[in-house]
Amino acid sequence: MIEIKKICKSFSGKPVLDNADMVINDGETFSVIGPSGCGKSTLLKCIVRLIKPDSGDILVDGQNIVHIEDEFELAKLRKNFGYLFQGGALFDSLTVMENVTFGLKYLTEIPRREYPRIAREKLALVGLEKAEDLKPAELSGGMKKRAALARAIAAEPKYIFYDEPTTGLDPITSDMIMELISDMAAKLKITSIIVTHDIRLAFTISTRIAMLDKGNFSVSGTPEELRNSSDPTVKKFTEDALCSGAPAHRRGPDGKNGRKAE
Amino acid sequence: MKHYFLEGAGRRATALAENLGAVALMIKSMVVWLFKARPEVREIVRQSVRIGVDSLAVTILTSFFTGMVLALQMGYTSKNLFNEPLYIGTMVAFSLVKELAPVLTSIVIAGRVGAAVTAEIGTMKVTEQIDALYTLGTNPARYLLIPRYAAFILTIPLLTIFADFTGIFGGFLVSTIKFHVPNSVYWNDIFTFMQIKNFMHGFLKTFAFAGMIATVSCYKGLTCEAGAEGVGKATTEAVVLSMVLVMVLDYFISAMLVAVGII
Repeated sequence: MIEIKKICKSFSGKPVLDNADMVINDGETFSVIGPSGCGKSTLLKCIVRLIKPDSGDILVDGQNIVHIEDEFELAKLRKNFGYLFQGGALFDSLTVMENVTFGLKYLTEIPRREYPRIAREKLALVGLEKAEDLKPAELSGGMKKRAALARAIAAEPKYIFYDEPTTGLDPITSDMIMELISDMAAKLKITSIIVTHDIRLAFTISTRIAMLDKGNFSVSGTPEELRNSSDPTVKKFTEDALCSGAPAHRRGPDGKNGRKAE
Repeated sequence: MKHYFLEGAGRRATALAENLGAVALMIKSMVVWLFKARPEVREIVRQSVRIGVDSLAVTILTSFFTGMVLALQMGYTSKNLFNEPLYIGTMVAFSLVKELAPVLTSIVIAGRVGAAVTAEIGTMKVTEQIDALYTLGTNPARYLLIPRYAAFILTIPLLTIFADFTGIFGGFLVSTIKFHVPNSVYWNDIFTFMQIKNFMHGFLKTFAFAGMIATVSCYKGLTCEAGAEGVGKATTEAVVLSMVLVMVLDYFISAMLVAVGII
């Protein structure tokens, strides 16, 4: 379980997170929605301690991670986390196989001879069986995301963080990534935390959605609850996003998302 | 007017202090990881090949022609002054071994590899690959900095030795072909006067140059601003700063070595 307690973070005096409070339960597929620049990615980076919050506490399975300063302690803590970066963040100089096995050396005690087997297994999960010898520059946008996802799950983390997983992808590839996220959650029993402004993604795969607005969580609930929310910010955001973001073929007869949350 | 000058000077002094502090923290982080974790031998080898082996040809070419031009200039100068080419070997060897080989090799490496290191680390930073290192259980000090520092410190002194030999050989060719100086005279001019400490004077400096080039190129990469423009700017700054600092360090280290008797 991840408990976020009154987290504040400012950059150059400008508050990005302002007393954000939230609890993410084990096994959830939890989406954080909100407009660009509202602090969604900052929140994720605070949870994995890529950024240190100015104040507040973040408890991961009861352990407060905000005050850990030792890099070794943080490295141990990160064994629990997988992180899918917005652009994939694959290492350019390494092949897909090397990228996927990269974290195994640092995060696990698995013998090196097992690496190729694990990598192939994870690449098969994301449908990239034949790409193991390719370099990131040779992959398409969707393949990069899938390879990055294979890397994120290679060490079998307990929590996986997705930073804008469908941004920059075409609708078909977006669908594929959505299905992958659902599959990962179902097959690997991973707690998924997704930050996105893709409202369609959030409504399709989340078990719970929270809206980050002006630095804190304004509303949270199931996709159905958010869809029927009377909160004007949520209403405006979801309607605007659905009308402008979702391709016509995915919208229901009412102009909203045609797919139901799982 | 005075007010603006003071404000500008204050701002620059603050920025300099901040940068020096950040460099100190970067080095501290490396030292900590150096003792706490096993070194990335594969990365050290990979970087050494990239910095050393791949730079060998350009280093040899540079020093070869430097040796040749030194012999040419010394030959004509001594012919004008004394009517015959004297001490070409001595002049070429001392100039190369003590100054030109270490400085030129370092400048070539700063331009060729320092720039590439800054661009690579800078690109990794703006594409979140540095953040990815943290999430995968390592960090830039361990995976990026230590191997690059080790590679610079291992290869620049070795390349300098190659540069010494090829430069002296270049001088030998000009001396014997152009000025018809006998082989034995050329080599005798070198070995009569050259001592180990003369060689050490140039060789020891290369360690300082290597450490400085590694520091500048890695630091500029890690602190580069977002976007292609940021990476380009950081790369240019790294090359210019490295080259200037090679010259500045050269004077002070030479003075220090002379003071301790390594002349």
